[in-house]
Amino acid sequence: MPDTIQSVAIKVNVNGKPRSLKVEPRMLLVEMLREALDLTGTHVGCDTTYCGACTVLMNGAAVKSCTMFAVQADGAEITTVEGLERDGQLHPIQKAFGDAYGLQCGYCTPGLMLSAHHLLSRNQQPSEKDIRKAIAGNTCRCTGYQNVLKAIQLAAQNMKGA
Amino acid sequence: MGSEDHNKNWVGKPLPRKEENRLLRGRGKFADDIKLRDLLYLRFVRSPYAHAKMVSLDTSAAEALPGVVCALTGAEIALQTQPFIEIGPEPFAKIKDYPMAVSKVRYQGEPVAAVAAESAAIADDAAELVQVEYESLDPVVDAEQALEDKSLLHDEAGTNRVWNGVFEYGDVEKAFKDAAYVVNIDRLHFHRFSSTPLENNVVIAEWDPKDERIYYSCNNSFPSFAIQFLAAHLNVHIDRIRVETSDIGGSFGIKITSYPQMAVCALASKKAGGRPVKWVETRSEHMTSSAHGNERTFRDTQVALDKDGVITAIASRHIDDCGAYPRYEPLGCVIWSQVFPGVYRFKNARIDFIQAVTNKCPVGPNRGYSRMQHLWFLERVVDICAHELGIPSDEMRLRNYIRTEEFPYTTPNGCVYDSGNYPKMLDIAKRLIGWDEWKRKQIEARKQGRLMGIGIGTTLDSGTNNFGQSQIVNPGLPYSGNSQGANCKLDIYGEVVVAVGSCPQGQGHETTAAQVVADVLNIHPDLVTVRTGFDTERNVHTGFSGTYASQFAVSGLSAVHGAAQKLKTEMKQLGAFALRVKEDEIEFGMGAQGPELRAKNNGKCINYWGLANLVNANSAALPPELYDVTLNCRYIWRAPFKVPDKQKKYGNLTLTYASQLHIAVVEVDRETFIPRILDYVAVDDCGTVINPAIVEGQVYGATAHGIGAALMENCVYDAVGNMLTSTFSDYTPITAVNMPIVKYGHIETPSPHSYSGAKGMGEGGAAPIHTISAALQDALFDNGIVIEDSFNNADSLFRALVGKETSQAETLVKVERRV
Repeated sequence: MPDTIQSVAIKVNVNGKPRSLKVEPRMLLVEMLREALDLTGTHVGCDTTYCGACTVLMNGAAVKSCTMFAVQADGAEITTVEGLERDGQLHPIQKAFGDAYGLQCGYCTPGLMLSAHHLLSRNQQPSEKDIRKAIAGNTCRCTGYQNVLKAIQLAAQNMKGA
Repeated sequence: MGSEDHNKNWVGKPLPRKEENRLLRGRGKFADDIKLRDLLYLRFVRSPYAHAKMVSLDTSAAEALPGVVCALTGAEIALQTQPFIEIGPEPFAKIKDYPMAVSKVRYQGEPVAAVAAESAAIADDAAELVQVEYESLDPVVDAEQALEDKSLLHDEAGTNRVWNGVFEYGDVEKAFKDAAYVVNIDRLHFHRFSSTPLENNVVIAEWDPKDERIYYSCNNSFPSFAIQFLAAHLNVHIDRIRVETSDIGGSFGIKITSYPQMAVCALASKKAGGRPVKWVETRSEHMTSSAHGNERTFRDTQVALDKDGVITAIASRHIDDCGAYPRYEPLGCVIWSQVFPGVYRFKNARIDFIQAVTNKCPVGPNRGYSRMQHLWFLERVVDICAHELGIPSDEMRLRNYIRTEEFPYTTPNGCVYDSGNYPKMLDIAKRLIGWDEWKRKQIEARKQGRLMGIGIGTTLDSGTNNFGQSQIVNPGLPYSGNSQGANCKLDIYGEVVVAVGSCPQGQGHETTAAQVVADVLNIHPDLVTVRTGFDTERNVHTGFSGTYASQFAVSGLSAVHGAAQKLKTEMKQLGAFALRVKEDEIEFGMGAQGPELRAKNNGKCINYWGLANLVNANSAALPPELYDVTLNCRYIWRAPFKVPDKQKKYGNLTLTYASQLHIAVVEVDRETFIPRILDYVAVDDCGTVINPAIVEGQVYGATAHGIGAALMENCVYDAVGNMLTSTFSDYTPITAVNMPIVKYGHIETPSPHSYSGAKGMGEGGAAPIHTISAALQDALFDNGIVIEDSFNNADSLFRALVGKETSQAETLVKVERRV
């Protein structure tokens, strides 16, 4: 019952800003981002870790924020889609998704871009197969993935030597 | 922006989308992103049974939970509302469809009660405290069984048969008498699936007691339809319902039928004293109780062919399964007939079409709605006949396609196919895939015992409906034609602002509308602001407004074009006055101070701010003869339709016919039975293209939906109506690792029926489902297998190849040879 639940104090660094929050233990990380911090660029699509619309970076690694509790992020650095751009300039991954027409409704796009970020930070010259594997946990119902693959290839190209 | 922008035709260019800026930055505004003061959160209580009587329902424990504001039951709703409008005729018009079950549940997941609370978590807890006692009834999950009427879903109707009608044209008896071959196909089945938009349904409703109005922020994709249902259901004036949509995370038609949930949220808000109520659907709710695509069974098909394999007649019985409530149905019982002969020339046909209710989730218009089922059926028929008669599959198509010189082509049921060139598309597709090379590889593969097949799928995407076809299912309905509204204005400071009655879900309407207006005014599309989403208060909607049925390029952009033309005419009048020249001396272009009107001869000019100022803020300077100039131009586009002949079921049912031709090479693994796509080509023709990048993207997207549906995505129910695929992990939407590279080809046969030559093209006609069935047929025909189902995964292929003792082909297909 809600009245017996003790809130837990956590400290998280979100998109470069330190945040102190009191959260219910059952609060999911995605709920914390969307509801407590009003970062609504992170979406929920399936509730069961399949679709990846909720993907964010935790300490640089892509995680599904619908399958983590907010308390598990205590002490971590979180990057959401809102944290990708720098001083109003799009991140090369964001730019490549636009240039390659890698989105339609845009609901899955934040998650896809963060999975791409995870991949490209570890593999600067990914093969097509590497890219497919890296976004296997991101469902897109609009693009058929073809232009998403092109976008990530383009981002890899543009980020080379950066 | 420089002078190089002058005289550019923006229509036809792959202009980057205006929507991207916000969507890439995570600044899109989706319905769940909206937060309001005093917001309450709603959670539904749903039936675990497919068919049961409700013995008791107790919400007291839920209501007693701290933080719960109110609970609502179906019985309570029935006391204060009218049942939803039924589109179909008697006896099904008698059924009582409320947004929550009143005394009986008819599918697993049907809502029986709802609770509204201060937080989503409290609403979740409260929903679990609602006590419901059920007494189970016999569930009927198969449409053919349902037609036996042993267990009725709706007692008021006295039958499970929603609709029945015979579509007969030409001389069917004579064609069969004269036939050289008659092919009999016992049963074909098109499976139930959903395009599952990634964003679930979301409704925020506020029944404001101060002005007695209902405000919706939601992601419904056909708001004009929803408000017509809601106004009648809630007993309110339609103008008292405001619906706004913003960014929508996909719909594919599925979000058309969210009006029952919209009703519950409004009634909960009313009960909560006018506090806004938000409902965010979970994925499992979406899978079990939002909407699925129509399932259809094709029985006792007979095909007459001449000695050359040209089809001369088809007779068949089609049974459509619409789930527990008709809702948008029985419109699907006529919508398939927009593509009655598919892409083929046969003139004689008799289709006995029946629709039944079953204890499954109600259906909704899913991408390719009602036409794809029929087009798949026709492609199976053509393909099975080709294999049975030993005619190569490409040759079989060429012999039966409507010929290029026959366009515009009138079908046996009076539809007018505007344009097309199917042989050319086949030729391009064959070249792109390397047809001859694959045929050679196939021979080699067969020698090694491998199961490899090459399949062709030709399909249509009929767009811009004539709603007069609704009168074929119910002669009493007051709907016909089609229309769309748009407004184009110069705002007070001269900004060009466009509003249109569509509600896009990723189709790039802001971009293509700006391209059209930019061409009319000879300015850059960046100077055109297109309002995001839909809003009844913009006053640009008609009864047909929304985004569905492959039509924006025709209905939406025609309305935008008309409004822009009206504005241009007014600007010219005003410019002529301001510059003291004749109207024909005015030209539109860019000047040092932005977009302007210039006098050709004397070089005088006035910019958009100057024009807008005269009308909006400096009107004493305006002569009375220009008082009608408002620079705020509303235009309603109407499709040139007539009401079809209801008795003969004859007339033009759609304005444009885009076509798609796909070829797939598929191999079934001998060990695992997993079907793998080795090569894939998609060629499309949607007439004149407004934005090639958007069109190409839609083709890839529709192809992925089709491949997913053909091989991975299936709504599975067990014998008592439990849905077994209620999460994505069970339903397995297609992912990047399952999707092949699609080779893309394109032709343009401009439509004579739209101002720009464009055709609607968003749905894609489910070409991959036809194509993969054909490729599997080609791979497995020698093993005695007939591809009888639209869904084929490793499990079903294993059962077909190993599980069957005798050749299935002998029982399913029989050929009478009379030559």
